[in-house]
Amino acid sequence: MSAATAEETQTVVAARRLERARSVFIGVGRPSTAAILARLVHNPDLVLVYESGTIGAKPFHIPLSIGDGELAKTADLVVSVPEMFNYWIGAGRVEVAFLGAAQVDRFANLNSTVIGDYDHPTTRLPGAGGAPEIAAGCSEVVVIAPHNARTLVERLDFVTTVGYGDGPGSRERLGFRGGGPSALITDLGVLEPDPRTCELTLTATLEGVAVEEVVAKTGWDLKVSERLATVEPPREDELSALRELLAR
Amino acid sequence: MAELLTLSEAITELVHDGDSVALEGFTHLIPFAAGHELIRRRLTDLELIRMTPDIVYDQLIGVGAARKLVFSYGGNPGVGSLHRFRDAIENSWPRPVEIEEHSHAGMANRYQAGASDLPFGLLRGYRGTDLADHTQVAFIDCPFTGETLAAVPALRPDVAVIHAQEADRAGNVQLWGIPGVQKEAVLAAKRTLATVERIVDELEPRAGGVVIPSWVLDAVALAPGGSRPSYSLDVTERDNPFYKQWDVISRDRASFSTWIDEHVHAAVRA
Repeated sequence: MSAATAEETQTVVAARRLERARSVFIGVGRPSTAAILARLVHNPDLVLVYESGTIGAKPFHIPLSIGDGELAKTADLVVSVPEMFNYWIGAGRVEVAFLGAAQVDRFANLNSTVIGDYDHPTTRLPGAGGAPEIAAGCSEVVVIAPHNARTLVERLDFVTTVGYGDGPGSRERLGFRGGGPSALITDLGVLEPDPRTCELTLTATLEGVAVEEVVAKTGWDLKVSERLATVEPPREDELSALRELLAR
Repeated sequence: MAELLTLSEAITELVHDGDSVALEGFTHLIPFAAGHELIRRRLTDLELIRMTPDIVYDQLIGVGAARKLVFSYGGNPGVGSLHRFRDAIENSWPRPVEIEEHSHAGMANRYQAGASDLPFGLLRGYRGTDLADHTQVAFIDCPFTGETLAAVPALRPDVAVIHAQEADRAGNVQLWGIPGVQKEAVLAAKRTLATVERIVDELEPRAGGVVIPSWVLDAVALAPGGSRPSYSLDVTERDNPFYKQWDVISRDRASFSTWIDEHVHAAVRA
């Protein structure tokens, strides 16, 4: 088997975060692939929740949209959108959330609304979707994004979703009940919030990735953990399951 | 009681230029046939409301039917951008479009408030975001606990249009699968239309079925395949390849306009 690509490793690392989770809220793309992989390899009882209202979906294929028929057909229950956001997300019944974004800042706040000025954007992005309330209500948030200085920025063009706001105490002041982001998983490594400052700090790099490269590709002055680790490369069972899943 | 009309008759009777119109269906059961009928009417002044504009509103925005768009997620699910939506906001093509955006939770609660005939919906949300400065939301204190909560104004569309699997001859409608926010949209709206895949003698109870009684609908119209390229669970499949093709078709203004001429204007519906 050929060696894992950085993107494959990113997906595998994200899947490992769900080894002991009860439930995960996911959008489409890499987060969805990672969560389905986690069910296959680590945690067959993991409850996949898609914002379309499908709770406990067991897709065989990676869905293109969050509302593909296979999700509804295999779900434990299918609920309306108001029920999803009020009873399940708002009330904090979903444990982990996997989110992506166009921009992430050092406090894991996310922008998925605009690049440039709101009234005259250079790039209009899709917008909030479910992310703000998901990030406020789920116990834990894992952000998955490509690692470059356009994505990991000093200052967001627009705060769509609050991570740790402007630092310690922000979430409490805003009345959020979930614990906030636990990691940003990129194709270069893993950033985790410093328990004291809430600032995303490099805690692990992928094998063969130099710290200097990670720092150079981060838009803020990235701090590096004193206990910097190397990510365990994908094991054969993880990688073969991922490739088999993507080929379905 | 709902009248059984043709789609063309129903749209003519229920939708007038200047109206606020909500075509709902969350990924599933998107009323595309009705959207195409709106395009054929060549309306230019609609306020379009929909949580996920999806391809159906990309098309309406691209032909210049919308004065305003109210929404919470303007992407092509799993594919990327909605290019006509982006072109309208970034370059005012073919016309400027006013936008009012919310989060999904905000929109869901706005519909629920509308369906309940309450003035506003209530949720934990919007706090700390920049969205709060760019949309209709107010923060109020709970009279019992003092907790600060977000209030969002009720949605009361002039017209709601939904698509469902089936109706009976009396105009009672049943849908199943992902139910989205269609029941709320219908009960919130002043005038309502359901398009359906088929008309049956009697509705058969379905697991997870949502029944909308004839007496809260104005019209039911037969539109087989009317949710394509979205889908109607157990009747049609989601056309995922088309969602990917749309990225190419819609990227360019000329190829978009050609597609609309060939697939919407040239298509004749009884």
